[in-house]
Amino acid sequence: MTAQTSPRVLIIGANSAIASALARRYAGRGARLLLLGRRADALQAAAADLRVRGAAEVGIELFEADAVDQHPALLARAWARWQGLDIALVAHGVLPDQAAAQASATVAVASFDTNARSVLSLLTTLANQFEAQGSGVIGVISSPAGDRGRASNYVYGAAKAAVTTLCSGLRHRLHRSGVRVLTILPGFVDTPMTAGLPKGPLWAQPERVAADIEHALVSRNGTLYTPWFWRWIMLIVLHLPQALLLRSKL
Amino acid sequence: MAGTTSALRPVSAWGRLSNAPHRLLPQHDRSSLALGAASDGPALPFGNGRSYGDVCLNPGGRLWTTRSLDRFIAFDTASGVITCEAGVLLDEIIQVALPHSWFLPVTPGTRFATLGGAIANDVHGKNHHRAGTLGEHVLALQLARSDGSRIDCSPAQQPQWLAATVGGLGLTGLIVSATLQLAAVPGPWLQTEAVPFQSLDEFFHLSRASEAGWAYTVSWVDCVHAAGPAVAQNTRGIFFRANHAAHAGTPAPAASHAVPLTPPFSLVNRLSLRAFNSLYFQRQRRRSGVQWQGVLPFFYPLDNLRDWNRIYGPAGFFQYQCVVPQAVQADATAALLQAIRASGQGSFLAVLKTFGDRPAAGLLSFPMAGTTLALDFPNEGARTERLFERLDAIVSDAGGRLYPAKDARMGRALFEQGYPGLQAFQHFRDPGLSSAMSRRLTGQ
Repeated sequence: MTAQTSPRVLIIGANSAIASALARRYAGRGARLLLLGRRADALQAAAADLRVRGAAEVGIELFEADAVDQHPALLARAWARWQGLDIALVAHGVLPDQAAAQASATVAVASFDTNARSVLSLLTTLANQFEAQGSGVIGVISSPAGDRGRASNYVYGAAKAAVTTLCSGLRHRLHRSGVRVLTILPGFVDTPMTAGLPKGPLWAQPERVAADIEHALVSRNGTLYTPWFWRWIMLIVLHLPQALLLRSKL
Repeated sequence: MAGTTSALRPVSAWGRLSNAPHRLLPQHDRSSLALGAASDGPALPFGNGRSYGDVCLNPGGRLWTTRSLDRFIAFDTASGVITCEAGVLLDEIIQVALPHSWFLPVTPGTRFATLGGAIANDVHGKNHHRAGTLGEHVLALQLARSDGSRIDCSPAQQPQWLAATVGGLGLTGLIVSATLQLAAVPGPWLQTEAVPFQSLDEFFHLSRASEAGWAYTVSWVDCVHAAGPAVAQNTRGIFFRANHAAHAGTPAPAASHAVPLTPPFSLVNRLSLRAFNSLYFQRQRRRSGVQWQGVLPFFYPLDNLRDWNRIYGPAGFFQYQCVVPQAVQADATAALLQAIRASGQGSFLAVLKTFGDRPAAGLLSFPMAGTTLALDFPNEGARTERLFERLDAIVSDAGGRLYPAKDARMGRALFEQGYPGLQAFQHFRDPGLSSAMSRRLTGQ
């Protein structure tokens, strides 16, 4: 694969565990990667790693999710770098502490901004760019937590519900122009973001989740639960009668 | 983001002899390590848990786990010099390097060890007579000490720290990153030859005759077959030798299987042992001769059986690996095999290899000019320990030593006798680090 024909991949929130596992898979296939993230030293370390693993080219740009006024210019630069993109992955996010978020409106709104408002901002620009190009795929990491609000994580869940709805609307709109939108709903993933939570048999490694995402980004236009069994778990959670849900500790 | 709190989790080494809780501190960022608090007990670096005994365990203390310290830093495909974080698996180095015709200069029998773990145990491979231990090929490494300081060392810069850390059992600090000189190879193929032998004399003769012309030599011995009382005359096995060589095509990926669960008792027992060893010998004898093999199936046959360590059942297993010096290797090896046969214990894969005469890379490096014998034993408690004590006596009388990467039980006297570099090593220990092994063998 020459540098001119290798896939052009934009990864926003590139230092998240799932995103870096996915970036390594693309690097191994000789892709061109543009990494957006918050920390310059972490981005530089990731870029060096991906070059050794086979990426044709790796660029980095600093990105602040909450600085939405900077997003359009940032994405314009990203788009111009290789005259378009084949794949864009939106992977940034924070897992707020539910107790802290329900106790403080400031904390709740801040996490909602980072998880939902920033994605609305990014996807609005990205959708227009991809629509004009008439090809490509946008993958967005949302969460099964957005499928139904529950006491244990509804602040995070509400933001992810917004992201999921945004994605399904964009998918509908972009269908005609040949652009796909993949909503990615990972279950419990063993990452630094979830380091503080107790682990059980339902937990998956980021490498496994990344493999599922890479596969789905090739042709799917819809929703990906990963690992697969979360589709069934969430189907049950979604259809749990209200009276039962209220008495549960989900 | 939720804080990276350190969790108490049960941790086993590869031999699955214990499963005690450790406070895990995953390392994600080489520029800012999460070392934890001294009040949580001494710390110990932990890679991928592929050492067998207690060298990687620190029950009641902290483990700095390095698997997420897994970034490559630089790779010069022209010179074969590669730099990466210490949690990178040897497997990942092979994946990156082999397409550019570079390979590990030295490799142990699993590619699922981390680079840091491989350096800290100064691993050797089937090419010891040519290439020595992995430590000889380390061009530089960075060490993080528990006091927060960093030490950069290389053969030219603070070489004493390199010599202490290579084979330093994780006790000199956390290896953060390392630079390795890879070996140039023509591609992913080896030309291999399997030669059956019927006596130890034949084995030693084959070893001497092969070392000049073959980069890799190793033998499998039948540890239960006894055709007569004279062990030296009646030890059958297969001598494998190999060279990297150019060959067309790509080796087919080997089928991968897994042991899905731990059986309630060891599947390795007197009956299965005898049957397996006979079958294996006959099968290999039929396939003897020259053939082409891919590097992965040749070096890592067991890596295709995921979780193979479960076959020894819930009690786990020991690996006994010793080396005896050249001058007495024939008699000492015969005595070891005799004792093992007499005990009726042992395993499917008993490995015999001669080491070359090379200066040690580390103060506590295991290899010495002589012969090494390695085999697994299901943990049968006192019965197994009685056998080990007989083997220890033979090793001790011969002036040999045991391999810490495999050990879970040797006594302090044997360790001190076998490792004269220990006193010099103690000066380089990090006072904030300790392991189950270091407490057993050095009292701290």
